[in-house]
Amino acid sequence: MSEREKAPAGGSATPAARRIAGSVVSGLLPPLVAVVAAMLATSVLIAAFGGSPGDFLQVIFSVPNDRVLLTIINQSAMLSISGIAAAIGFRMGLFNIGVEGQYIVGSCAGAFFAGSGLVAGPLNILATLVVAALAGAAYASIAGLLKVFRGVSEVISAIMLNYIALTMAGYLVTKYGQASGYTFTTERLPLDAQPLGFKIFADAPGDVWALSSLALILGIGYWFLIARTRFGFELRVTGASSTAALASGVNVKRMTLITMALSGAVAGLVWMPAYFGSVHTFGVPENFQAGLGFLGLAVALLGRNRTLGIFFAAALFAFLSGQSNNLQSAGIAKDVIDITQGTTVLAVVVAYEVVGRRRARSEAERVSRQLEAERAEVVAS
Amino acid sequence: MRRLSTYGVALATCGLILTACGTAADDNDSDNDAAAAECETVQLEGDPQVGLAYDVGGRGDQSFNDSAYAGLTQAVSEFGIAEVTEGEAGQDESEDIREERLRTFADSGHNVIVGVGFAYSEAVDTVAPDYPNVAFAVIDGFDPTEDDVNCNVAYLGFAENEGSFLVGAAAALQSQTGTIGFVGGVNNTLIQKFEAGYAAGAEAVNPDINILTTYIEESDPAGFGDPAGGQAAAEGQYADGADIVFHAAGFSGTGVFDAAVAADKLAIGVDSDQFLTAGPEQAQHIITSMLKRVDTATYEFIASAVNGEPDQGFTTFTLADDGVGYSTSGNFLTPETIAALEDYKAQIIAGDIEVPTQP
Repeated sequence: MSEREKAPAGGSATPAARRIAGSVVSGLLPPLVAVVAAMLATSVLIAAFGGSPGDFLQVIFSVPNDRVLLTIINQSAMLSISGIAAAIGFRMGLFNIGVEGQYIVGSCAGAFFAGSGLVAGPLNILATLVVAALAGAAYASIAGLLKVFRGVSEVISAIMLNYIALTMAGYLVTKYGQASGYTFTTERLPLDAQPLGFKIFADAPGDVWALSSLALILGIGYWFLIARTRFGFELRVTGASSTAALASGVNVKRMTLITMALSGAVAGLVWMPAYFGSVHTFGVPENFQAGLGFLGLAVALLGRNRTLGIFFAAALFAFLSGQSNNLQSAGIAKDVIDITQGTTVLAVVVAYEVVGRRRARSEAERVSRQLEAERAEVVAS
Repeated sequence: MRRLSTYGVALATCGLILTACGTAADDNDSDNDAAAAECETVQLEGDPQVGLAYDVGGRGDQSFNDSAYAGLTQAVSEFGIAEVTEGEAGQDESEDIREERLRTFADSGHNVIVGVGFAYSEAVDTVAPDYPNVAFAVIDGFDPTEDDVNCNVAYLGFAENEGSFLVGAAAALQSQTGTIGFVGGVNNTLIQKFEAGYAAGAEAVNPDINILTTYIEESDPAGFGDPAGGQAAAEGQYADGADIVFHAAGFSGTGVFDAAVAADKLAIGVDSDQFLTAGPEQAQHIITSMLKRVDTATYEFIASAVNGEPDQGFTTFTLADDGVGYSTSGNFLTPETIAALEDYKAQIIAGDIEVPTQP
């Protein structure tokens, strides 16, 4: 809509400038529309069940206190990592729904390794990151191998592997962990391997976890890999058309294996900020936050697999979850936030589809106009 | 007075009741009690204001959380508490969010805060030191940090094995087939207490009884919210000859009741009197329920705070103080069974029967 309105008014602007403006609008508009639509849908739902949408919006758009802000920052860091893990697969047309399972396996392996204190001191942190990433990669490779050599859809195998992961982690912790209350956990992280966080609010307990910075590093790494390396190019080509990629000499099987492993490696790192920053032990269900892997898929969808988009989507999800606690004092069930999050993802998919079609149509119109003009010129001469 | 006696019970039975402290927590428990004795009374500022944080499921689960709510309601009406706020845990929420819920209560002037369910243990342990003038309680709670005792926290536990002993005895007394079943939600030490007591009670009546045991999940907490899993487990046990199945599986128990209806067999409820909360069709198959008086624990804690001396340290609610028990609604239990159960109850209270906590 806006693109066509702008065209006659900005007749003096160069086509390039117009196109950039158009892509900014078409890039930002869908998520914005999606958020507004999700808020509206949630409000309608709350009103339908006799609640007050005004209270809902007031709570959601209130300024969070320092503690909640810290939670939002840390949670968005973990969600970003999870989103990146999912996006690596999405970019190649792989639906790695197993991020959740790889996240569990990576967290479990990392926590067992770190707690054992095999590596002393701060080096333990680095070594643990390697272990967690390798564990995630190995677990994802099961689905990758099954797909390449047996043609098993990665969606099906990964869903099954998700179930196995949680049960297996629980079994291992019960068998080799220590009792804590009614459940079992891994041994606690030695003190000398607990990194200091960033204390951005002097008065609030807690800090921005040191390893939350991992999200930034991985975000930049992801962008570089996809946009600036040959591997990234082949990955995108395979994602666009695997037959075309095959024809032009890309080893699609190898790409599938590497991409699955890479996605799993990143998924294995998702929980590391929380582990080193605050929890220091692993045990299901109390000392682990299940579900971050699934949320990563939504974050990647919402963020269109772009680094900045993923950061934005993760921040939005973390913000909504962080604010949801206060909904209860307004007499609204906090679960409505799940509805808001779900509707946002649904709406953004629809919005991009609409924008995409509109853009394709306007592109077609532009080309046909140009062709007609050229033909007119030819005829005139 | 009551607190003293329950401390005594907690100490004396640590080895046999609190499986949780069976390994690492064993020394820790006595430390806590010793330290709790040195603790000064928590001085609440202003009138009591209650914050109640529910476990996943919240109000309306017809079980654990609703029972806490009943205790809260009783305390509110009895003591005229003006300010009460409730909160509820979400599925898969982070530890920070749980802590934030408690801090929000404390910051807004609530000075009596109850976490319903052991999932709040860690959060309370972190938050409590920052609010020395707030009395905290965790139902089914434990102290995750062994050396660092929080004086303003009460851990309210139950002797589930004692209550389960009685319903186990009831099952053995009324079973026609000589085979009974147990369905647990998640295979952790808490639910094993139910299993151990149930088996001990049944074997006390009939040493040759055949007990089938199924856990819905090994560690995934989804086992407490999986009626289909509960139904499958119970169907299997009924098919293998069991005619009475006891469940300790939270919301999954509704599936166990459905299986009982379908097979026209019997079941035993848990936590609340489930004859009263289940649907009319299901109720006809629930012969008794193992009562875990979360309402009593909640009420007693709030009462202690209102009286200016909030409970501290570990308290275990047992058969002796009606913290656990069995229900007789529906008149399924015969007078002979009830007489036998009362006899067992007296023996347990007197200490003549020691009920194990581990299967």
